[in-house]
Amino acid sequence: MEDTLKPRVADAQNFRQYDLKKKFRIGENLIQGILFVTGILSIFITIAIVYELGKEAMLFFALPDVTLVKFFTMTRWQPGIGEYGIVALVSATLTTSAIAIVIALPLGLASAIYLSEYASPKARGVLKPILEILAGIPTVVYGYFALLFVTPILKSIFGDGIQVYNMLSAGLVMGIMVLPLIASMSEDALSAVPRALREGAYAMGATKVETSLQVVVPAALSGIGAAVIVGISRAVGETMIVAVAAGAGPNFSFNPLEAAETMTGHIARISGGDLSYNTIDYTSLFAIALMLFLVTLVLNLISQRVVNRFRERYE
Amino acid sequence: MSEYNEHYPQGSAFYSALRKRYLTATIWQALFFSALLIAIISLSALLYNVVDSGFGYVAYEYKNDPAEFTSIPLDELTNEDLVIILKENLSSGAYNKLDNEKKMETRSQADLYVLFLERLVQYDTKTTWSMTDSLFRSANVRAEAAEKYPDAELEFRSWLTPQFLNTPMSSKAEFAGVRTAVFGSLWLVGIAILFALPVGVGAAIYLQEYAPKNWLTNIIQTNINNLAGVPSIVYGMLGLAVFVRTFEALTSGAAFGVTDSNGRTVLSAGLTMGILVLPLIIINAQEAVKAVPDSLRQAAFGVGATRWQTVWSHVLPNALPGILTGSILAISRALGETAPLIVVGASTFITIDPAGPFSKFTALPIQVYQWTTRPQAEFHSIAASAIIVLLVLLLSLNATAILLRNRFQRKW
Repeated sequence: MEDTLKPRVADAQNFRQYDLKKKFRIGENLIQGILFVTGILSIFITIAIVYELGKEAMLFFALPDVTLVKFFTMTRWQPGIGEYGIVALVSATLTTSAIAIVIALPLGLASAIYLSEYASPKARGVLKPILEILAGIPTVVYGYFALLFVTPILKSIFGDGIQVYNMLSAGLVMGIMVLPLIASMSEDALSAVPRALREGAYAMGATKVETSLQVVVPAALSGIGAAVIVGISRAVGETMIVAVAAGAGPNFSFNPLEAAETMTGHIARISGGDLSYNTIDYTSLFAIALMLFLVTLVLNLISQRVVNRFRERYE
Repeated sequence: MSEYNEHYPQGSAFYSALRKRYLTATIWQALFFSALLIAIISLSALLYNVVDSGFGYVAYEYKNDPAEFTSIPLDELTNEDLVIILKENLSSGAYNKLDNEKKMETRSQADLYVLFLERLVQYDTKTTWSMTDSLFRSANVRAEAAEKYPDAELEFRSWLTPQFLNTPMSSKAEFAGVRTAVFGSLWLVGIAILFALPVGVGAAIYLQEYAPKNWLTNIIQTNINNLAGVPSIVYGMLGLAVFVRTFEALTSGAAFGVTDSNGRTVLSAGLTMGILVLPLIIINAQEAVKAVPDSLRQAAFGVGATRWQTVWSHVLPNALPGILTGSILAISRALGETAPLIVVGASTFITIDPAGPFSKFTALPIQVYQWTTRPQAEFHSIAASAIIVLLVLLLSLNATAILLRNRFQRKW
């Protein structure tokens, strides 16, 4: 049989010469180029974030009065009068995020265990939408709730020991906000554990809670760990709840009954007012934003590493 | 041997241990369920609190008697009457300012009447009560009102009225509405989606259909996942630095001949929101495109289609419901975000609806934020009404998304 893949010599009358090279279609290549540009655009966004934040932050650090030592060791943040201690803002971020995680981690994990192990499909059909609604409520609404509902309740509990603006109420409401996130990610992780492990535990006579806590949760630990880290990252980056309920001035304190301002709340307050370019207020905001961006980036990268490193493969 | 019996109880010891284990199992189950219960209670408390503030008794006074201005009964005032009264009694500066905003003759009767009440009669709210108080303890409310504000009248008022939706902002809570904010939000979301949807879907198609499996693709993918987790206020700072400052000529409209604004326009904010929702759209569109089975693509290649032809005629139409759901989620996100708008420069007090992409703007969540942070209780009530508007909007969007997803879900 003739080798039909070899290009035939052109017989002038009857046979076409097959050219096996890919035909150059200009439309195809143009579209591929456009799509490539849209794909690369996300990289440009990240580069733009790093560049813009870095540029202004460099202007801030280039000022003769500002040193990294002062930045990390002073305990007051008032750039206008020469106090550059970012710990004043970081302490509030840490306190509110810690309170939020203390609320969201146990409640979210417990909700996820209930949803994946105990709930009937009908119950799940009712309970999951409730969690999705909680996740979809805008954070300003949570801020309103914190200031006008939770704070009065706390005031009736603590009396005069608590200020009107305080970190406890903001932390509690932030916990409620982060709860659905941790619950849904943990539930995905728990559902991904194959039934065989559960069935094996039941076959040995374990009760449901014994299998859940001693077999399923350890198997899904990587996903749960990732969920917690994403929750922390979300709590650190949250602005509106703390802007409304936590306070309007930097305060280096870990006491949740006091008012304090987080990194995000500070950026929101200062940029909401009169802000002229090239002032120290303006450049200091970018220094704070750069720190925020780096912290959340590191947290997200850690969560991805955790998932990849500790994921159990069942094949 | 006794150790064995300790670890593995035999006989009756086994059964008593078993009862204890069942007891712990029930307790743990109750604990797990109570976690969900706490979530449900919190959601209910939030919604109850919002609705509670939005309706209730109001004790109000008129600072000036309406009879001082006109002898005509209030419900018989016509447009012309109102214009004459306003012209006679307002200072010429105030009257001209109102006239410049919108000609007095063209304003509606409701609008003019509101101005009359606001500027001349000076309706003043003394205090408000919540809905539960008003409905269930009305005797107490009346007693308190009679005692503290003997001159005031008591009225049950719903702060959320159709007029609330149609009135622009005002510095007095009784007369403020969310119209400017709603239009601002709509403009914002429109611009954001106009930018983010084509770019996002294009990027998703590139990543799923065209991208070779090399290091660059991995970097792009990781990058998008990281961008999805960046706090929204950092996007606001990016928008401030890039759109408001660097590209001020473009976003303020100076390059197109518009001279009376700076970079803090609806265009900058819309583009910032577009960048914010872009990773969301890309991830959702990627999932939608991934879900289209490979056999369809192979069939298209088999009849000789080029890659773009398969994408355009086979992959995209089948991925469209998922992409639609993703874009509705993005719209919901864009409607609810506040922090980037504060940084990019939403106006704190604006009464004119946005007229084009180069106008100043405000948005619904910004109004909620501003009214919540005022100390007077009336502002909290209208903040609650604005929250109700926002939540209704978001709920209907999400319900539409779920309906669409269920309707168009195909089993391959």
